[in-house]
Amino acid sequence: MDKSQGRISRPDAGPTAEIVTASGHRGLQIEELLIFEQGVPGRSGVDLPEPPKVKDRLNGMRRQGGIGLPGLSEPQVMRHFTRLSQKNYAIDSGLYPLGSCTMKHNPRLNEKMARLPGLADIHPLQPVKTVQGALALMHQLAHWLKTLTGMPAVALTPGAGAHGEFCGMIAIRAALDARGQQARRRVLVPESAHGTNPATAASLGFEVDSIPADARGRVDVAAFKAKLGPDVAALMLTNPNTCGLFEPDIVEIAQALHDAGGYFYCDGANFNAIAGRVRPADLGIDAMHINLHKTFSTPHGGGGPGSGPVVFSEALAPYVPLPYVVHGKDGFRLVETRESGAEPFGRLKTFHGQMGMFVRALTYMLSHGSDGIRQASEDAVLNANYLLARLKDVMTPAFEGPCMHECLFDDRFLKDSGVSTLDFAKALIDEGFHPMTMYFPLVVHGALLVEPTESETKAALDEFVASLRSLAARAKAGEAAAFHAAPRLTPRRRLDETRAARQPVLRWKPSGTSRQAAE
Amino acid sequence: MAETRYSKEHEWIRLDGEVATVGISDYAQSQLGDIVFVEVPEKGRKLTKGGEAAVVESVKAASEVYAPVSGEVTEGNAALTANPALVNSAAQGDGWFFRMKVANKAELAELMDEAAYQAYIKGLG
Repeated sequence: MDKSQGRISRPDAGPTAEIVTASGHRGLQIEELLIFEQGVPGRSGVDLPEPPKVKDRLNGMRRQGGIGLPGLSEPQVMRHFTRLSQKNYAIDSGLYPLGSCTMKHNPRLNEKMARLPGLADIHPLQPVKTVQGALALMHQLAHWLKTLTGMPAVALTPGAGAHGEFCGMIAIRAALDARGQQARRRVLVPESAHGTNPATAASLGFEVDSIPADARGRVDVAAFKAKLGPDVAALMLTNPNTCGLFEPDIVEIAQALHDAGGYFYCDGANFNAIAGRVRPADLGIDAMHINLHKTFSTPHGGGGPGSGPVVFSEALAPYVPLPYVVHGKDGFRLVETRESGAEPFGRLKTFHGQMGMFVRALTYMLSHGSDGIRQASEDAVLNANYLLARLKDVMTPAFEGPCMHECLFDDRFLKDSGVSTLDFAKALIDEGFHPMTMYFPLVVHGALLVEPTESETKAALDEFVASLRSLAARAKAGEAAAFHAAPRLTPRRRLDETRAARQPVLRWKPSGTSRQAAE
Repeated sequence: MAETRYSKEHEWIRLDGEVATVGISDYAQSQLGDIVFVEVPEKGRKLTKGGEAAVVESVKAASEVYAPVSGEVTEGNAALTANPALVNSAAQGDGWFFRMKVANKAELAELMDEAAYQAYIKGLG
């Protein structure tokens, strides 16, 4: 069996390296070949009748050759994808403390609702009177998003967080155009903002101007005020910011910005820390996206598409993009064209947004209730602070004081140990944990950003803490060589990330002349 | 030999006659880790001091490289496209990013010399 293709690292060292099996498998850890490598020409999992004679109406445009599908039986296909899924690590398998990503549990009730035929088996082009339930659901979701944020308008269509930023910033540009203030080209973005914020501003042709952070990891308010001027279009602020810290001066910042004629875009990716506790409208925000896939528990990160609705203040409400749901005497309908009183800037998606995510998010809201949403936010913050408190004597917190929903460490605790943040994260895999976010945010040296979410029990957090404390002690004790060799217990050892980036192999190619296809 | 001067953003610049060579410092490459991608400016592009000039991407992060002084690009280092690792092995030699015609030589004096830069990175811990 040739298992060489595309595999750089082999389980050829480490504590179990001396055990060699004839099959190459390790226990029930199967060495899975690519599906194309498993295929045999002529094998088939289906038995189709001979196609009837048809008249060619494609004007002779026939396929020139085989399409290269592998020949496989149904059990082969089932086993292949089942084994791949078993190799996958997901929130359903264990703690997933990836900071900034909010990998919280996806409740099964959400999934049950999303699979209801009346919601799952409908089509966007169906007559509106046959999808009244779906439209009512969107209307209700919009209502609760507006209620939770205190904002008068919402666009449901954006397909992800960055798409939401794009939506919010186009609305701001439309409002500036309407005021005849096209000269406002500068967008202020703090260093502690999400990386997508400056990218969004730049992609819309704005000039990005960075605001430094102060020693507390917050926006330097004096530096911010010094940058205000008649050419400032907007501020894009993330709150809580990417250091997991609340920006306490946000009201003062909003006031100064509005006085200078700019709009306030808030990146709401971390809304899960404050939902039910803080209404963004009360902070002076003009537009904010909400990641349904984070705050409202819809699957993401390979498990499902994102969804990033944007809420708008009174000033930006007229520019909400098409389509949106309204309720009238004939029931619910989708507004697809410009109606009086509105100045929609256009459309962002072909249809109305990620319906499956709307169903899950509303299910989460209604099953939790306002008290439950508030408690989820509080528990997320409590869990992060518990980790911070249990680890701050052996790891080095990047900033003093309590955090919000995620805790941030720098690599000072690894200084002179010969162990890097990357080595530390790899060793954590051997301990049975998915690593935290590394080297982000960039403003912190060798950053380790940990977001436990509210999903974890104290017992699970204690187990995680015990592993981190042990690793920190081992790093201090001079076990650098062991860290450099990590991970040792995984199906593959440390992957060559540099070579993967410099010489990416993006597709499998059949070796030699043997075509694997069932043609 | 011409003097190398440094910006706070860790670019180095060395003037030879009218044309200066620009790259990122050895300290910068060590902080970034293995460089996997470099985008250099095209010939003829006008650069403003402190403005974005190039992009460097490592396994850890993508960063912008800023023009240490104003001027016009005369050449980008084509070798970096095929071999970005040159930045790791010779940041202040063959791993240079671009060459530029300097608009105002006085701007060079505003940058740090070798001793000042070494003291500056020592302070960064």
